[in-house]
Amino acid sequence: MANKKDEPLYAPKGAARRGMGRVPGMKFSWTALRRIFGYLKNYKPQVAVVLVCILLSSVIMAAAALFLQVLIDDYITPLVALKLAGKAVDYGPLLTTCIKIGVFFIVGIIASYIFQRVMVVVAQGVLKRIRDEMFEHMQTLPLRYFDTHTHGDVMSFYTNDTDALRQCLAQSAPQVIASLVSVVAVFFSMLTVSIWLTLFVIVFVLFSFTIAGKIASKSGKYFVAQQQSLGDLNGYIEEMVNGQKVIKVFNHEDKVMEEFSEKNEHLRDKMNQANKYANVLMPVMGNLGNALYVLLGVIGGTFAINGIMNVSITGTGVLTLGAIVSFMQLSRGFMNPLSQVSNQLNFVVMALAGAERIFTLIDEKPETDDGYVGLTLAMRDNKNGGLKKSDKRAGLWAWEHPHKEDGTVTYTELKGDIVFDDVDFGYNENKIVLHNISLEAEPGKKIAFVGATGAGKTTITNLINRFYDIADGKIRYDGININKIKKADLRRSLGIVLQDVNLFTGTVMENIRYGRLEATDQECINAAKTANADGFIRMLPDGYETVLTGGGSGLSQGQRQLISIARAAVADPPVMILDEATSSIDTRTEALVTKGMDALMKGRTVFVIAHRLSTVRNSDLIMVLENGSIIEKGSHDELIASHGKYYQLYTGAFELE
Amino acid sequence: MIKTLAKSIRQYKKSSVLTPVFMFFEVLLEVSIPTLMARLIDDGISAGNMSEILKLGGILLAAALFSLAAGYMAGKFAAHASTGFASNLRSDIYGNIQKFSFHNIDKFSTASLITRLTTDVTNVQNAYQMIIRLAFRAPLMLIFAFIASMLIDNQLSLIFVAFIPILAIFLYVIQSKAHVLFERVFNTYDHLNSVVGENLSGMRAVKAYNREDYEDSKFKKISMSIFSDFSKAETIIALNGPVMQFCVFCSMILLAWFGAHAIVNSGNNEAIGLSTGELTSLIAYTMQILMSLMMLSFVFVMIVISRASAERITQVLNERSDLIDGAEHITEIPDGSVEFTGVNFRYSENAEKNVLDNINFKINSGETVGILGGTGSSKSSLVSLIPRLYDATEGNVKVGGIDVKDYNIRELRDAVSVVLQKNVLFSGTIKDNIRWGDENATDEEIERVCKLACADSFIKQFPDGYDTYIEQGGTNVSGGQKQRLCIARALMKKPKVLILDDSTSAVDTKTDAQIRKALRDEIPNTTKIIIAQRVASVEDADKIIILDDGHISGMGTHKELMETSEIYREVYESQNRVAQD
Repeated sequence: MANKKDEPLYAPKGAARRGMGRVPGMKFSWTALRRIFGYLKNYKPQVAVVLVCILLSSVIMAAAALFLQVLIDDYITPLVALKLAGKAVDYGPLLTTCIKIGVFFIVGIIASYIFQRVMVVVAQGVLKRIRDEMFEHMQTLPLRYFDTHTHGDVMSFYTNDTDALRQCLAQSAPQVIASLVSVVAVFFSMLTVSIWLTLFVIVFVLFSFTIAGKIASKSGKYFVAQQQSLGDLNGYIEEMVNGQKVIKVFNHEDKVMEEFSEKNEHLRDKMNQANKYANVLMPVMGNLGNALYVLLGVIGGTFAINGIMNVSITGTGVLTLGAIVSFMQLSRGFMNPLSQVSNQLNFVVMALAGAERIFTLIDEKPETDDGYVGLTLAMRDNKNGGLKKSDKRAGLWAWEHPHKEDGTVTYTELKGDIVFDDVDFGYNENKIVLHNISLEAEPGKKIAFVGATGAGKTTITNLINRFYDIADGKIRYDGININKIKKADLRRSLGIVLQDVNLFTGTVMENIRYGRLEATDQECINAAKTANADGFIRMLPDGYETVLTGGGSGLSQGQRQLISIARAAVADPPVMILDEATSSIDTRTEALVTKGMDALMKGRTVFVIAHRLSTVRNSDLIMVLENGSIIEKGSHDELIASHGKYYQLYTGAFELE
Repeated sequence: MIKTLAKSIRQYKKSSVLTPVFMFFEVLLEVSIPTLMARLIDDGISAGNMSEILKLGGILLAAALFSLAAGYMAGKFAAHASTGFASNLRSDIYGNIQKFSFHNIDKFSTASLITRLTTDVTNVQNAYQMIIRLAFRAPLMLIFAFIASMLIDNQLSLIFVAFIPILAIFLYVIQSKAHVLFERVFNTYDHLNSVVGENLSGMRAVKAYNREDYEDSKFKKISMSIFSDFSKAETIIALNGPVMQFCVFCSMILLAWFGAHAIVNSGNNEAIGLSTGELTSLIAYTMQILMSLMMLSFVFVMIVISRASAERITQVLNERSDLIDGAEHITEIPDGSVEFTGVNFRYSENAEKNVLDNINFKINSGETVGILGGTGSSKSSLVSLIPRLYDATEGNVKVGGIDVKDYNIRELRDAVSVVLQKNVLFSGTIKDNIRWGDENATDEEIERVCKLACADSFIKQFPDGYDTYIEQGGTNVSGGQKQRLCIARALMKKPKVLILDDSTSAVDTKTDAQIRKALRDEIPNTTKIIIAQRVASVEDADKIIILDDGHISGMGTHKELMETSEIYREVYESQNRVAQD
């Protein structure tokens, strides 16, 4: 079972299970964009401030280019003329203009700082909300979701996809907006200089974009190939690193290295191509900008020298030297932001693809819960011998059954009487794994399931606590249809110890307390004693305060199982399900654990699932499952006496898998 | 750290050097363009000289073309160098992992090794590309632009000189403040990942205990701290742009003011002093100089981000296997006898307690030995010393009468075949998997070992028989089938010592007995060491070793132990109560 942990239990076999192997669709997702805008709604004032500031700073940036024209045409040229004419030169007006422009610039700088600062908070705020929403929603999803999605995939929503979104929101988006604003501002500035030259710029830019588009799409194509190849390599590494010890035992290092190199080389090639085209984009755009600059100089010069009439939106006249110079500056101001946008576009598309995946998770349908019957601690009412609500644990629980019609509440004692009535179930509709299961677990009895892997043992417990819902038939819990019980309360009434133990990062004490958050230290220690875990826990470096990391990777599988049993024991549930809970514990320790648990669960219903027959032998009722049906039931002695399948298993004539 | 990483550049050195070389030409041209532009304006446009305009225009276009070519080559070589470097890095990391001893493997989690091979390498690749492209480009640009502007007017150029240190100091302060915060953010990210990861794999526990809200609050705490740290770091980084703009604008205004004076004084005559064309180029150089400083700060950020990754990679690259081939280089293992004398073993030097304490025993070649003991009694640790998966801390382990440390590890491991407790099959056909034991095994040989391991019967029932494809991790065969395939794979090595570490736990007792019988009859000369939970699996062994908490608490045949070992008796009785019922 070593590798079972990360496997989706019911995912189709052989389905792609590599987290990073997903290929980003290179399509622009408008829906994702719209939803991201939706998150911005909470930040209306901030967004308004950002937009105003972007506008302001872009306009000022564009004005900076015009400043040169003003300087040359309005000040330097006349001053030079004055000087050449031998007249006195007055720098006063120039000084005033310089100061005015300086103030103007400072406003621009402040604006740009404000928008970046506010945008940081907005972007991070949106990301926080998306992350929180994602996690919160994930907690509500049915188990089916987790069984059918690989953890790697889901993890990457939180890492890769949110990260791409962060880049996009915090960097690309403002840049794209600012660039577009500047482009528009510069465009109008250009029109004030010359319509003809502007037209030329437009034609040139369109031409440049055609080239840039070609390069970007090549890069995009190889990028997709790169991601595929990366996924392939990741999958290979994952499999091989998991089996690294086996590789060593078989001296297979060289062989494995050979296979790795082949995949690695394939990836290198694709990465190289993708990066090459991406790298080339900037020099191409930059030098096209240079070419534009030159061409404008030549064309403008021709205009100026030949005195060709110029048309601008401010009027007509001869193109001045200053106008040409500043127009050339403007052309850079037009080209640069556009090449920025073309550079950012790939990131934006990737971010949106990630956002789309995130939204798919957020849109996933949550677990439904129509239950209205609740669970409560109870005590005997001395007056009438009935039950009433209590807030003390006294080993007594009751179902709280509200009646809508008259507003009264009735209490039914929780006895742990669980009945399956002709239940059918399949993880997907066309494959039924349980057929006509009928069984009755009498209160206070220990019920066991045995059967081969895939016989449906764990599935039955998945149904009792409604991890999955049955297709047909009925399950009753103390006479109540379990669909009517609130899921949280249903699960609270069932303590479950699972085969694959999942401990969380934190101290041993915290891990045990996970079973009941308000349990005292002493209660946790008692639970550990019940589970026979106290001994080894005290041997750990810091005893109960030892911090477990990586799911308790420092502990043996058996020790982890003991902690998980302690966790269930501290929850002190009315009904307990032990699903292969002692499979990695040696038979001697198991006997001690069983004794402790039997004492704890005295008088309460316990379900035991095991393939080790010594684990189930002392159960009151043993059910033998085969291919989703119960083929035999009875006590150990009865089943042995009947010489059926159980007898064969017990005597070793059959193998359980 | 840099030294370690640099070793992986190898055949991509040429590209790594050519990138900055072409970058040099690109920058040179990019810088000369404004000067040429100035001349175009002064000599051509202002002078109304069309032929001059065309001539200079032609030169400029040619310059742009060359700059494009240089840029293209630089980009191409940069991609080649950085992706090649990354590929070498991956290969070196993976190659080093192959050299790892079990000790080294234990140190790194699978997930962390995967991250290092993928995300971390990509981070370093990006930083490397950035470095060979921008780290050279920016200073080059700075120097060239500075020289060019000095050539135009050395007095006005002093304006930049004043601003460069101001900007540099600002950028430095900003980055060093942000750096601390970014590092914290990355740590918090790791934390977030682990919470999500544990939540995903522990979802059944979360739901069973109704801990959704609890998990939620755990997550929100972390997401809150990411929010606040990230906002703080980015707020600081957001100062970059405005500071830069401030310097640009100040330089521009000062240039305008002093430039105007200079032009007026020279009568806009290039020969005497500054001209309008030259002023335009000066302003263009201002932009270039300050831009290149900006780029440098950007490179700095990238290096900060990739530093953590580089460190993690270096950890793996510098991890040296603690197992080395014996000085004697003995390649011939005489026989399958195994002897432990005074063996103590600890997994780490500073562990307080020995995992194995004073172990002494001798197994003759061809014997079958069972090892029995409770959870955590160090059964697996004991057998792992035989093929030198770990080295004994004290004492000697001998195989074939020779200390295991004197053999070549490869030959030793071929002669001592272990079926690990946590075993894996690899994706590929059954045949592929069995051939791990012997690459050149014929189909008949494969069938033979599968028969020995009682796997032949079920394999033949598969539609594709021996060509059945095993999914990753062996998920499409049952636990018992997997175990039998692993035994067959180990048998394929024709070992002198065969170790089965709880390898038949999922196999039914009858088949288990059959396998043992086959091993006894068919490979009588191979020493067989069997770790088991079931007494039945070791009952008929020549010798049974009882381990208790790292000590040998009993040794002997079943019969002897029933009399002398209380533990053995207890285990036997707990498993055979029915027989007496």
